[in-house]
Amino acid sequence: MKFSEKWLREWVNPPVDVNELAEQLTYLGLEVDDISSSLPAMSEVVIARVVDVLPHPDAERLKVCEVDNGTSDLVQIVCGAPNVRMGLVTALANPGCPMPDGKKLKKAKLRGVESNGMLCSGAEIGLSDDSDGIIELDDKAPVGELLADYLELNDHIIDIDLTPDRGDCLSIRGIARDLCARNDLPLQLHEITPVASQHDDSWPVRLSSSSACARYAGRIIKDVDMRKESPIWMSERLRRSGMRSINPAVDVTNYVMLELGQPMHAFDLDKLQGDIQVRLAGDGEKLTLLDGREVELTGETTVIADNSGAIGIAGIMGGASTAVDLDTKNIFMESALFLPQDIIGKPRLYASPSESSHRFERGVDPALQADAMEYATGMLMNLAGGKPGPVKDWQDTPRLPSGKPVLVRRKRLTRLIGIEISDDIVERVFTRLGITFNTHDEGWMAKPPSYRYDLRIEEDFLEEVARVHGFDQLPRTSPVHRPMFRPVAETAVPLIDIKKLLAHRGYQEVVTYSFVEPNQLQQLRPDLTALPLPNPISADLSVMRTTLISGLLDTMRRNQSRQIASMRIFETGLRFLPGTEQGVRMVDEHVESTHGDDIQIDDTLQQQSMLAGLIVGQSQPEGWAGDAREVDFFDAKADLQALFARANGVSLSFEPCELPMLHPGQRASIVCDGVKLGFLGQLSPEVQKTLDLSQTPIVFELSLAALAKATVAQAERLSRQPQVRRDIALLVDDTVSHQSLVSCVTHHGPAWLTEITTFDVYQGEKVEKGKKSIALGLIMQDFSRTLEESEVEQAVTKIVNATTSELGAVLRV
Amino acid sequence: MALDLDTLLTDAQSLIADADSLDALEAARVELLGKKGRLTGALKAVGQLPKEEKPAAGQAVNHVKQNVQALLDERYALLDNAALAEKLSQDAIDISLPGRALATGGLHPITLTIERISTLFAQLGFDVALGPEIEDDYHNFEALNFPAHHPARAMHDTFYFDANRLLRTHTSSVQIRYMKSNQPPMRIVVPGRVYRCDSDQTHSPMFHQVEGLLVDENIGMTDLMGHLEGFLKLFFDQDDCEIRFRPSYFPFTEPSTEVDIRIGDGPWMEVLGAGMVHPEVFKAVGIDTEEFTGYAFGMGVERLAMLRYGVKDLRQFFENDLRFLQQFHQAG
Repeated sequence: MKFSEKWLREWVNPPVDVNELAEQLTYLGLEVDDISSSLPAMSEVVIARVVDVLPHPDAERLKVCEVDNGTSDLVQIVCGAPNVRMGLVTALANPGCPMPDGKKLKKAKLRGVESNGMLCSGAEIGLSDDSDGIIELDDKAPVGELLADYLELNDHIIDIDLTPDRGDCLSIRGIARDLCARNDLPLQLHEITPVASQHDDSWPVRLSSSSACARYAGRIIKDVDMRKESPIWMSERLRRSGMRSINPAVDVTNYVMLELGQPMHAFDLDKLQGDIQVRLAGDGEKLTLLDGREVELTGETTVIADNSGAIGIAGIMGGASTAVDLDTKNIFMESALFLPQDIIGKPRLYASPSESSHRFERGVDPALQADAMEYATGMLMNLAGGKPGPVKDWQDTPRLPSGKPVLVRRKRLTRLIGIEISDDIVERVFTRLGITFNTHDEGWMAKPPSYRYDLRIEEDFLEEVARVHGFDQLPRTSPVHRPMFRPVAETAVPLIDIKKLLAHRGYQEVVTYSFVEPNQLQQLRPDLTALPLPNPISADLSVMRTTLISGLLDTMRRNQSRQIASMRIFETGLRFLPGTEQGVRMVDEHVESTHGDDIQIDDTLQQQSMLAGLIVGQSQPEGWAGDAREVDFFDAKADLQALFARANGVSLSFEPCELPMLHPGQRASIVCDGVKLGFLGQLSPEVQKTLDLSQTPIVFELSLAALAKATVAQAERLSRQPQVRRDIALLVDDTVSHQSLVSCVTHHGPAWLTEITTFDVYQGEKVEKGKKSIALGLIMQDFSRTLEESEVEQAVTKIVNATTSELGAVLRV
Repeated sequence: MALDLDTLLTDAQSLIADADSLDALEAARVELLGKKGRLTGALKAVGQLPKEEKPAAGQAVNHVKQNVQALLDERYALLDNAALAEKLSQDAIDISLPGRALATGGLHPITLTIERISTLFAQLGFDVALGPEIEDDYHNFEALNFPAHHPARAMHDTFYFDANRLLRTHTSSVQIRYMKSNQPPMRIVVPGRVYRCDSDQTHSPMFHQVEGLLVDENIGMTDLMGHLEGFLKLFFDQDDCEIRFRPSYFPFTEPSTEVDIRIGDGPWMEVLGAGMVHPEVFKAVGIDTEEFTGYAFGMGVERLAMLRYGVKDLRQFFENDLRFLQQFHQAG
């Protein structure tokens, strides 16, 4: 809420400057967002009177004016405003007056005629948007004085950011009440006296008990003149609160709303057709709003209606058909109470949040309607004349909000705040805030004032005490703590360790959005359906990711466009698999549903913690040693093996994989204890082409669950006997995998074959086409004895024979 | 005889002195002391002498032999040192060349910040708890005392999937899950991604929060202030860091406060929202408010990271420009 400092100080005037005032407001929880000077862009403009107006000899639209600027001599000014006329009191910038651009105004010749200054429009000096003509001031405005002084522009505009519980502070009076409490000052009350009625006419109003309306005060005011302009002081205060002056009726209702917090509405009485009814709208009932939009209403919305149908949405916006205009003679003024629970959410249905609905949603003082009506009536009569009738005040008493007394316990106060606060302070705060109370054995029975919807439970009152007493007055403490041991899992690899390990292996962690571009995602995982966001920020971010690879590819693309060709990157985070249309869990053939510690909110949607990585380009940065090469499958595989080396007892294998986004000859499933955890491989050249990537990276993605399933290490006996090593090279078909060869060797080897290393894989000139040579080192060692040459030879022969019969291997000599 | 020995010694001296390499010296040794060497010959000649002359002659020859050996040893040491020096000088490298290039990696500044926060709170016994990012209305709003249509919900621009499911707008939802499955006393921090339907220079539709929760028998507002002030001062580790608490409003805390920080002459910046756990929240999770009180807080990780690391634009965290990210390697 924006308001004039001077206006606030009429209600409470603590002896502090505007900055300290703002700090007090902030410490009260009424956070000051901004303080700005209300001085306009041209602050040295003076008040002047146009004495004479003559036509310009060479320009039809210009006039040559003689102007009294308060000095002894009249000055000649050339002016093009349509409203310049003899006798007009307006704003004048003399030569030398600083302009908004920082320069000073100079004398000028306009079409050959000298102009010694400039008559100004509201827009030119930054006072309003009005650029149609020069400012028109009251005839009695003191010629020669600074306009800023006359308009009390020496003011500040304070903008506060209110929390939704403090509807009571959406008015000058409400803010003043809090400041009074903080400064222990009384509120400077503005006496509101009832206006005597000058006739007996009233308009019938019927309230439906199912409507949002619990109180409705109405009054007819006859013979008003809407062509009168609101005085400068009023339009200035409205301007400083961000509102424009429209006509006396609208200006008065806005002014009363800003000052007291009661939203009001004025109808053109002569446009009303029959009784006013406050009722729920018919479903689909139509209404044209003040701003010209036609809306279709829902049956839960309260409307103000007459015999023609809805003429306004209650508490939100009036209708066009009964709007007050310049020709309006008689008005019907509404000052009503619409209940928050029935207004909340409605303005958004019609895209019509307004100053009025903002207040009704947060709660308007139920004791205010009649007072506001009297205050507004008096003000309107001063501005636009008129004869008021009696105020009719319809009340649905049982539905009027009323605060219940609450027991506020001294002990609870001490416990919740953390220190003792004296009874004196508590009672002073209560009194200043309008909280009525009786003392009680344990503390106080406290009842909130009618305007405080937010004081319902004991804690609410405790907060008021701490808030007004000042959070800055409270000490800083630390609670008594009885620490106990907490379990430390040795079997889970903490996520941070996984990240650090990858970082040490050259990977940079990235963080990308969880929502991604749907087409790219579809290219990567066409077999999975992504969960769409009904209200995405943009089409690029419109579905929840089913794979983290998408974000990594975006990162790669963006960095490569900045000439970073090589990178190792990874990300961890959730991926999201919605349930199928049949209402069951979606099956991902390539990554099974291993959720580990992930919490699921229902049986179908899966939120799964994943780790994904991408490597591309050179294995090492360019260097003088020239040992860099293109990264490949085995670089990423080594990184994954290193990761699993930390998870003791978890068996890891890489098995054939059918995932289409990967190169058919360079892809593998990551399998852990028989469960498919994820995949690894080169991105398929087809996907690369479709996604317009400049290189094909190696990518991997896996569920993190397996890394939390390690077992505690148990030390094993070590042999003290000598080790024997025999190397063999076996020639096999291309199609025979290394893993099957090693399995065969392991299976047919003796118990004392302790390790098999692969020290060479060769394909080329020296072997037949379609074949490869795999060289294995067999390491043998027994626990209790030295192995004999003959048994070693026997074992090797048996192994070679087995590979020959099972895999067609031939021993190379 | 004596004259022969003198000549021999003189010859040996020049022979050894002339050897300019270890090989030449070896050749000299062989010539002098080898099986057919001159001194060996001289010794053999002593054997031919009459018995009474042998002791003196033998002594003389041995004397010369010892001299020669000493000369050889001396020359050997000299040449050996020279050879080593030569080899060392040949093996010299240009130590100014850069080390062998190896790719370096690092953690994202968001991760670094979350780690720093968790590590500080771990000292006070806070565990880390996690929760789902797609939440239901109950855990994100209802149980946290945000009734349907409450204006406070409008403060959260929420991504809804349907009437019930949404992207969590804060990690406070994990408070509810944790309190429902654990017993007081409880001390947790909850880092994680959160989402708001808002995107501009100062808002990202996805960002990170760390929620904190402490529930015990006698927790007061002043404890909340003590802990948070202590934390912030240590997190920023700067002497000219001021902290202020001002009243605010959150549906799930009462009293509620917002915490601002000011470093040096800079402006006040909001970094935290906090408060005493609202009785309605305790009611929703079945904790007796007469037995326990507690505080909760939520901090924006990006805001803290920006202040700590001097990042000017929030969006940089999610653009993942490697040149930006690599600046934080030393912090990891």
